[in-house]
Amino acid sequence: MEKAIVLAASAIGAGTAMIAGIGPGIGEGYAVGKACEAIGRQPESSGAVTRTMFIGCAIAESTGIYGFVVALLLMFVNPFIGKL
Amino acid sequence: MHFSDFFKGTTEINVTGPKIIASFEVFGITINFTESILLSWIIIAGVTLLLLWLTKDMKTKNISKRQVLAEWAVQTVYNLVDDTMGKGNRKFAPYIGALFTFSILGSLISLFGLRSVTADFSVVLSWALITFIWVHATKLRTNGLWGYLKGYASPVFVMLPMNVLSEVSLPVSMSIRHFGNIASGMIISGLVYYALTSITKAIGVAFMTIGIPAVLSLYFDLFSSFMQAFIFIMLTMVNVANAAEAD
Repeated sequence: MEKAIVLAASAIGAGTAMIAGIGPGIGEGYAVGKACEAIGRQPESSGAVTRTMFIGCAIAESTGIYGFVVALLLMFVNPFIGKL
Repeated sequence: MHFSDFFKGTTEINVTGPKIIASFEVFGITINFTESILLSWIIIAGVTLLLLWLTKDMKTKNISKRQVLAEWAVQTVYNLVDDTMGKGNRKFAPYIGALFTFSILGSLISLFGLRSVTADFSVVLSWALITFIWVHATKLRTNGLWGYLKGYASPVFVMLPMNVLSEVSLPVSMSIRHFGNIASGMIISGLVYYALTSITKAIGVAFMTIGIPAVLSLYFDLFSSFMQAFIFIMLTMVNVANAAEAD
């Protein structure tokens, strides 16, 4: 019974942790939109703009990845089972 | 894995760390020889042989095609390091190039059905710790011991815990970013293979088993591997170049 409660709570926690995906989604959307504007204004600098945008996107993505790693731990490692 | 299992598809979802091939006991500490270490050494051996072949009998005139390829690779890394770290730091280019090659091949090895080396957290954490030590050694060299210690208490002494935290977060964020991207690709691919196998079993005909995995692999293996390797070396270079500027 206790095990079932812990597993259920871990599953809910994993799902809740993935709410972290909202932030990077919005942020990267803004970044890509601005990059498109920049390329539209100065098509000759598209290479540099795209490179910078990808790096920025990857860095903005880290918060989402942190949430994902937490969800992964809750689902596959089950750290709270050992605490029973 | 038997050859016949290859056509069976994925019938179970199994997310584990890298397999432990052998365990040694050295002075009471258990050292695990894992899949990642074996695959890393295979990559190192392969790259070494390739580079030895590329740089064999180099000439100044009538250069061969493979020498052109080797020169192009070296020049690309030199240009990247020059652009990011400034002209004087060309001596770091070999490490940056090696890290990029190791990272991208370690991720792309999943194309052969093997486990990505970079989906093992200890591998990327060790690379991030190298960057961490390098950044702090550079800071010590530019500012001196007193200047380095004073940097933690700037602008006011109360900020000390914040500064320590921001320094510690560098290797953590770098390693988790790389690990998380590659591991998420691995898990999502596994889930899709499992779903496709289940659908195929349920309806009796092969359902999209050729199209969807290829598109996913294009993004998660090729694009994501390249981006993460590139971002890892960019962050390393930017952090070291920042540390080299005196405050």
